[in-house]
Amino acid sequence: MNDTLSFFSGFGPRDFLFLGEAALRTLWISVIAISIGTGMGVIFGWLLFEGKLLATLTLGPVLDVFRSVPLLIQLVLFYNFAPMVGLNLAPFGSGVVILAIYTAALVASVARGGFEAVGVPMRRASRSLGMSYWQDLRHVVMPIGMRAVFPAWVGVALGVMKDSALVSVLGYVELLKASQILITRTQQPLLILALAGAFYFALSYPISRYAARLEERWEQ
Amino acid sequence: MITISGLHKYYGALHVLQGIDLSVEKGEVLSIIGSSGSGKSTLLYCINGLEPIQQGQVTVDGVDVHAKGTDINKLRQNMGMVFQQWNSFPHLTALENVALAPRIVRKKSRAEALDIAAKQLEHVGLADKLNVYPNALSGGQQQRLAIARALAMEPGYMLFDEATSALDPELVGEVLDTMRLLAEEGMTMICVTHEMSFARDVSDRVAYFHQGVMEEIGPPAQIFGDATSAHTRKFLANVR
Ligand SMILES: Nc1ncnc2c1ncn2[C@@H]1O[C@H](COP(=O)(O)OP(=O)(O)O)[C@@H](O)[C@H]1O
Ligand SMILES: [Mg+2]
Repeated sequence: MNDTLSFFSGFGPRDFLFLGEAALRTLWISVIAISIGTGMGVIFGWLLFEGKLLATLTLGPVLDVFRSVPLLIQLVLFYNFAPMVGLNLAPFGSGVVILAIYTAALVASVARGGFEAVGVPMRRASRSLGMSYWQDLRHVVMPIGMRAVFPAWVGVALGVMKDSALVSVLGYVELLKASQILITRTQQPLLILALAGAFYFALSYPISRYAARLEERWEQ
Repeated sequence: MITISGLHKYYGALHVLQGIDLSVEKGEVLSIIGSSGSGKSTLLYCINGLEPIQQGQVTVDGVDVHAKGTDINKLRQNMGMVFQQWNSFPHLTALENVALAPRIVRKKSRAEALDIAAKQLEHVGLADKLNVYPNALSGGQQQRLAIARALAMEPGYMLFDEATSALDPELVGEVLDTMRLLAEEGMTMICVTHEMSFARDVSDRVAYFHQGVMEEIGPPAQIFGDATSAHTRKFLANVR
């Protein structure tokens, strides 16, 4: 009886919790996808930077595809075609895979810029101290280069977090999907969309503040 | 001892070093002078293996720098290099700049590496700048930091590539003084320089490079007073 009543009832405290949980799911899928995607992207960026011809001819165009095809299309295509090759992924899994690849494609060019930001003279200086290629990369090139492109990376990360809303088309109940469910029931779209927007802001703002603080510290 | 024999170096079709024969004894200070583009920097890069060579041989303490099996990273630990641009690591304090290579290359403990770093910074007169980041240092201080960073590897040789050329005139003196100090301590040094007073007063020998050829080498008195090559005399007349 209660259930039928609440089917068309107004927005209540429990709905707020429901949105909050969905926001955590947005955060969760974003954190996983951005972490994996960033790791892959830095490696791709390094390949583009170092592999020169071969990587530019092979990896470059592939990443371009992922960068330029709308994420929504990638998600739907992957979700529907992956089972044909025996990959039966849940909406969450599919979302992570595509978001991570998308992130990697974006991060690759950011990271490449970071590697390029460290000039040959700097690298000669560290190599002249007896550092190996990898020691130079790990202790000199990465810290300097990745700090140089950190603001661009934060932009990518925040963008991917917002774009994770598109995973809702696969049925994963993250913030946007949760809002749609609530809107259907409560018929209060403005309130709920405003709340969802506030949740997205609450997720992004601490990240951009923290990033700004880090940058300030590196400035000194 | 550094021995260079029959060294030829090309950048593509450009014949940058055209048969260099030169040896530097332990404890010697050699200054290399010559106009821009004559191959001085390239020679230093060929000595520590930052650039490959096409013909000839470079040996350091008997080890062939360009041989296939040579552990070039090990060899470079024994050969500090200071560049025109100081290339401080901007993300590390002065102390960490100097401690990095001892720690990761020499595998010293953190405490030991910091200890070495503090000593070398004191050595070059930066004892009061240990915890300062490079962008708060002047060019002259950053160049002394670069010298300390190289010295922290306890090298047997030091290569200087126009270490003072990028500095404001008022900062040149402090860096030259540091180089002088090293020379007095008996460091084996090859100094590419445009500072003729340094070349004359500090070096045991001076070499003049002209278009990829070592035109003349000898004690400062001979090069500055009694050069045999017309190119050398012309160059020296112009820089004075
Ligand atoms: N990486 C490089 N690629 C091509 N040409 C170079 C490179 N480095 C130096 N050169 C050229 O080699 C010549 C010698 O350069 P360099 O050794 O820097 O002279 P110096 O230090 O005496 O001014 C110059 O003509 C310079 O343009
Ligand atoms: Mg030069």
